[in-house]
Amino acid sequence: MAHPAILGDQLSEPARRDSRREPAALRWSLTLAALGFLALFVALPLLVVFSQALQKGLAVYWAAIREPDALAAIRLTLLAAAIAVPLNLVFGLAAAWAIAKFQFRGKNVLVTLIDLPFAVSPVIAGLIFVLMFGAQGWLGPWLGRHDLEIIFAVPGIVLATVFVTFPFVARELIPLMQAQGTEEEQAALVLGAGAWQLFRRITLPNVKWSLLYGAILCTARAMGEFGAVSVVSGHIRGQTNTMPLHVEILYNEYNFAAAFAVASLLALLALVTLGVKRILEWRIRQLHRDIAALAEAGEA
Amino acid sequence: MAIEVRHISKTFGGFTALRDVSLEVRDGELLALLGPSGSGKTTLLRIIAGLESADPRPESAVLFEGQDVTRQDAGQRRVGFVFQHYALFRNMTVFENIAFGLRVRPRALRSSEPEIRRRVMELLELIHLQELAGRYPSQLSGGQRQRVALARALAIQPKVLLLDEPFGALDAKVRQGLRRWLRKLHDEVHVTSLFVTHDQDEALEVADRVVVTNQGRIEQVGTPEEVFHHPASEFVMDFMGHVNLFHGRIESGKAVFGPLVLHHNGSSASEGRSARLFVRPYDLDIAHHHNGKPSLRARVVRIQSAGPQVKVELESETGEPVSVETSHAQFGELRVSSGDQVFVSLRDARIFTEDYSI
Repeated sequence: MAHPAILGDQLSEPARRDSRREPAALRWSLTLAALGFLALFVALPLLVVFSQALQKGLAVYWAAIREPDALAAIRLTLLAAAIAVPLNLVFGLAAAWAIAKFQFRGKNVLVTLIDLPFAVSPVIAGLIFVLMFGAQGWLGPWLGRHDLEIIFAVPGIVLATVFVTFPFVARELIPLMQAQGTEEEQAALVLGAGAWQLFRRITLPNVKWSLLYGAILCTARAMGEFGAVSVVSGHIRGQTNTMPLHVEILYNEYNFAAAFAVASLLALLALVTLGVKRILEWRIRQLHRDIAALAEAGEA
Repeated sequence: MAIEVRHISKTFGGFTALRDVSLEVRDGELLALLGPSGSGKTTLLRIIAGLESADPRPESAVLFEGQDVTRQDAGQRRVGFVFQHYALFRNMTVFENIAFGLRVRPRALRSSEPEIRRRVMELLELIHLQELAGRYPSQLSGGQRQRVALARALAIQPKVLLLDEPFGALDAKVRQGLRRWLRKLHDEVHVTSLFVTHDQDEALEVADRVVVTNQGRIEQVGTPEEVFHHPASEFVMDFMGHVNLFHGRIESGKAVFGPLVLHHNGSSASEGRSARLFVRPYDLDIAHHHNGKPSLRARVVRIQSAGPQVKVELESETGEPVSVETSHAQFGELRVSSGDQVFVSLRDARIFTEDYSI
């Protein structure tokens, strides 16, 4: 195997020239541009978050995180994600299954609707919920009579989170399921599998990686959502503040160390999510190889 | 098990895939459904399997051993189906693929784990892939996948085996081997089998009987010999291999195709009608001189001698292309080369007249 760098150095020799490769200078400048961009817009901000958070020492950092309002915000963020992610897993799987494996009227409308949260500004999404469930909204009077609080309460935050994270799983699954087609399902049907067996043994295992990937994207977005949640939250400290909202409040109060401490926690959550994704992917691929190798050895 | 299909029609939107098709498959036979793409053969196969339902009409039915299964779904019919692109379960090993049909049975009917293992190993032996039991489909060659798909279909001891273009996605050499293997397998297992193909060689070589389909209809049903030597229609004649076609007319009881005048023992009613003459390339002889038989003058355009037969392309005196196939031995005696003027005479041919008057 030729190492790309070595090949690049040898480009001056006409005999070695590989016409499929771009000139070394171009390749290096493109790579540098990409790396520079990444450093400037991803690595540097991340570094700033952590350095600002720890600027006044570990004790201040620790105190900012252990403060009751911060803990409440963390709890609420995790709760919203814990509700939104499973809901969207179920919905995304059902929608992708319907869209990829069946032909029906209104399919294009459904696909467009699934994309809607991507297209609509999260603030507008929040406003829609206020207009629907708020005290002055359509359902406001009815909700009031039944003593149900949605806006400026936890249910509103969960609703807004579900809405903005709604396309992630479905979007991830639809192209894969479409590419896989329905032949395996048909084969299983002919072999006598029931609907549940079909789903559990064929459809689900075939999309598990995309499902996991979608769930992870969904989690990251659920925890980081600001706009929609901000509109429906009411910013009640210790009650309806999620982590991003808490960060904003602290920042506006010039409490930079505390703001960055909570922000660093969010950044950490994002990094952990990505790490989990990588590890899981790698682990399970490894597992597959092992099973295959073992089975072969066993049969030999 | 015998299968009977009665008056099946199927339309997809504006497209008619099957038009009132009836067919009987005899117990234990290997039947080929042969036709060009779009002729409805795969649709018929899928209707028999229960993967597709025929247009609802009171007289249409699918019967297995005389029993109406029209309303049963695919899982209840106990058919083995081999898909064109195999449709192996990508997340399962070869072993689990074959075991699938046994494992999804209702608990009361399911075999014990050792029994399932024994059955799968038996099938792996049948397809000569024992050592690949632990592989995933993506790690197999096309021919191996095909065999696994077949074993998976056979695992549930199907009453009938249905194969959709079983060798369609394989290269020519693997195809040849698998064809012979399928024939041998059928002789061992004896399960009533139907396979769909668009390759006439494949159908003629493997099948006990051949069903030729065209535009949603059955053109002819017969043994390979019948279909090949006694084609029932122009379509079958044409589809069974390369033919030369001459246009002519019935005049005073004879079939006249330009310089070729042939006997025609049709009824007098066919007088004046247009006629078509079909001749296979190997039913034509080339000679340097007129030999008294009905023949036409032609000029040799091209000689292609690489292959089991020598193929000679000619142009007739009326400007039509004619192709002739002859053995290397005969061609050696003949000694013709490009540009030569020769006579082409026929040994055997079929004449089809228009069976309707305008």
